[in-house]
Amino acid sequence: MARAFERALRRAGVPMAYSQGFNPHPKISWAGAAPTGVASEAEYVEIQLVERVDPEVLRAELDAALPDGLDVLQVVPASGGSLADRLDASLWRIELPGVDPRALAEAVDRLLAADRVEVQRLTKDGRRTIDVRPAVVTAEAASSVAGAGGSPDRVESGPLRRRFPDDEEIASNGTSVPGRGERTADNVAHGSQIGTRAARTDDWPAPGRPCGILVTVVRQATPAVRPDDVLSALRVVAGLEPPVPAKATRMAQGQLDDDGRLADPLAPVAAPQPATRDGESGQGVVAGPAV
Amino acid sequence: MSVESVFPQLEPLLPRVSKPVQYVGGELNATVKDWDATSVRWALMYPDAYEVGLPNQGVMILYEILNEQPDVLAERTYAVWPDLEALMREHGIPQFTVDGHRPVGAFDLLGVSFATELGYTNLLGALDLAGIPLHATDRTDEHPVVIAGGHAAFNPEPIADFLDAAVLGDGEEAVLEITAIVRDWKAEGRPGGRDELLARLAETGGVYVPRFYDVEYLPDGRIQRVVPNRDRVPYRVFKRTTMDLDDWPYPKQPLVPLAESVHERMSVEIFRGCTRGCRFCQAGMITRPVRERSLDGIGEMVQKGLEASGFEEVGLLSLSSADHSEIGEITRGLADRYEGTNTSLSLPSTRVDAFNVDLANELSRNGRRSGLTFAPEGGSERIRRVINKMVSEEDLIRTVTTAYSSGWRQVKLYFMCGLPTETDEDVLQIARMAQEVIRAGREATGRKDIRCTISIGAFVPKPHTPFQWAAQADPETVDNRLRKLRAAVNADRSLGRNIGMRYHDGKPSLIEGLLSRGDRRVGRVIERVWRDGGRFDGWSEYFSFQRWVDACAAELEPLGVSLDWFTTRERDETEVLPWDHLDSGLDKEWLWADWQDALDEREQDDCRWTPCFDCGVCPSMGTDIQVGPSGTALLPITPVGKGSPVRNPALRS
Repeated sequence: MARAFERALRRAGVPMAYSQGFNPHPKISWAGAAPTGVASEAEYVEIQLVERVDPEVLRAELDAALPDGLDVLQVVPASGGSLADRLDASLWRIELPGVDPRALAEAVDRLLAADRVEVQRLTKDGRRTIDVRPAVVTAEAASSVAGAGGSPDRVESGPLRRRFPDDEEIASNGTSVPGRGERTADNVAHGSQIGTRAARTDDWPAPGRPCGILVTVVRQATPAVRPDDVLSALRVVAGLEPPVPAKATRMAQGQLDDDGRLADPLAPVAAPQPATRDGESGQGVVAGPAV
Repeated sequence: MSVESVFPQLEPLLPRVSKPVQYVGGELNATVKDWDATSVRWALMYPDAYEVGLPNQGVMILYEILNEQPDVLAERTYAVWPDLEALMREHGIPQFTVDGHRPVGAFDLLGVSFATELGYTNLLGALDLAGIPLHATDRTDEHPVVIAGGHAAFNPEPIADFLDAAVLGDGEEAVLEITAIVRDWKAEGRPGGRDELLARLAETGGVYVPRFYDVEYLPDGRIQRVVPNRDRVPYRVFKRTTMDLDDWPYPKQPLVPLAESVHERMSVEIFRGCTRGCRFCQAGMITRPVRERSLDGIGEMVQKGLEASGFEEVGLLSLSSADHSEIGEITRGLADRYEGTNTSLSLPSTRVDAFNVDLANELSRNGRRSGLTFAPEGGSERIRRVINKMVSEEDLIRTVTTAYSSGWRQVKLYFMCGLPTETDEDVLQIARMAQEVIRAGREATGRKDIRCTISIGAFVPKPHTPFQWAAQADPETVDNRLRKLRAAVNADRSLGRNIGMRYHDGKPSLIEGLLSRGDRRVGRVIERVWRDGGRFDGWSEYFSFQRWVDACAAELEPLGVSLDWFTTRERDETEVLPWDHLDSGLDKEWLWADWQDALDEREQDDCRWTPCFDCGVCPSMGTDIQVGPSGTALLPITPVGKGSPVRNPALRS
């Protein structure tokens, strides 16, 4: 996906800054990029340009150059500091078709009650053990069972609403990405639709099948705790085994406040100043598509 | 009747297979049209994995040309890996296109591009998954017309039973003519059914329909004759030649995949055809005459392609790119135009001379100088005269010395093993040549860290070349020579340290030889191998030599022929070759004379710069070589975008 983004920058004619050396590459840095195989509505990337450009024009031009399913929702000038510092945590929505919502709720309770939950992950250096629990800030189980009439209940908009009083603000930063094996869909450009997103029928499992939905805020940590790791933790604490692969979507990223809320990472800081680096005109934090 | 996408059934299976993104389509510049709004529908297949097939220029060109027609729909399909194949069979999912995920069996035509014969088993796999009967004669009006193209289609006889038709040569105009015939036939209510449609295609003279020809054999197994078995069918089928490349500036909108592919670059074909006359080279023989794309045409394709794709590398393709009569102007003009935009340019096929190093220097002036590749092809001066690859050792040393002193650190040299008349000594000369290269490089640079890699492939005699009569070397001979070569390279440890050697064993090449020069009897072998599980024969992890040997024993020996008969047997002048009724334009007498010259170690000049030597192409095809110089410059060299090859007025402050 990083290559798709780089190529879109070129097609859009964005005046990119390049690194020096034998093999120059454009100055693009992805902060907390989503792992392969998950969808995302909220990826953030920082790019460095050699000329100042209008952020909204850049947003529109880059958005037009990207393939369907990858949308740029907002561009702001860099205001100093690291983008990664503004991305403490992610809100994930993980659909678990075939998982009984009550069993999921029980597993979540056990996870939250534990002090440590160690899971194994295969990395290229072999197996490693990570403690998932400290990274899980909040977690809630929700459910959906499509009714006989085919119209799904709206259950999980509650938690989203509670956590994000400013729905529109967050949604405006979201983008979606095609995940591994997942069709890039037209499910972006929601604008302010995050609260009603639950009603989108194409997100829903087949009628009559139970589907547990896990809504969780996970802190950026080293090593990173991914949605898969959270699910592994549920297996460890409660033996929860999803019958089919889960579908995880990153709904938001941001800085955690004391109440466990995520602040908009692109909101201006106290005194917004365009960043200037390396003597070049620095520009741009882009809320953009992801990996 | 509309055709449904199979994606809903396919999607749940994708998490269970390797690299699922190759099956989802949605590439930049891909086209999905409304099925019902079109009247002629093509499925285009490259019969190998997506990562190899996607960058294929032939498929990309035809895909775009067809989709530009308002009432024509073209979608792509590739060979699926065995993991997905098993799941598709389990769940009843047919071979599908990656664009609309439509079943291949629902299309009017299935066009398959064969760059190599090792894709034949994948053709059978795709037909079977699509629910299309393997044997063309078992198909009904409901099934797609299966048409082969690509270089292997110059002898489609081994797959004749599985094909409805084959097209020789350039496809740009041919696909549109075939489309028109199918369009009319459908509009008329399909008169005469499939048979009439194929007859209409055959009577154009440029579409080969194997079922309309009977092959008769002599008692000794050789072919007696190949004759049409009905009227309206020509005795010989001619190849198609697109004369003015500037009229066909495709691909205009190169496909850009999300998944990784073997070539992450945009390609512009700067000329087609080659008259260097390397006797082993089928591509050089069957694509004559030389037709250059103009400077302006190239400049415009590069710019438009970069705008449409965002690629960072542009490959200037042809069979010998430095031979474009205005290559100096092209490289200088493009390097100037894209300076500072992080756009790199490459010339993938270059011959051995110092001029090429100058070109490479020009192209890499903004980037890395990692490696340069040359293809002397033969280790000894003698064998290079046999194959008509006129490179002297002096030339080579001068060339690599220039390369190393211009900052290149690695030189790669391509060779072949198993060439006609070859002896051990010819191959051992490769080691000496590589050692000389290292010695010269060290002297020129005063450095020890320069490298030379020698890459060796086994020679396969191909139809429509002067070597079409030659005996192919058996794998033991090839493997023995390569073993001796390795020992010779390592004999001098000081020099050998800087020499890398890459090669494959000779067994896959023997099978490629069977499929290249086989006749219709080889079709049974292909079918048996496929039924026994043969797939992806171009991939060493899937290729099984034993499976082919066993299938040959079972299917060929009862007919009095064998694997050896088709490969290591030298043919004589009077033998009817399986492809003699397929006209590449080359005069068979000229080919034979050139074969005799090869045996006498006599060279043949390039007709671009020297008088015509009567290979037969130009007069018989009504064509002519087209070369410059035009004397024009690559203008205008407008400044392109800053930090990007694209200038976007909206982003100028």
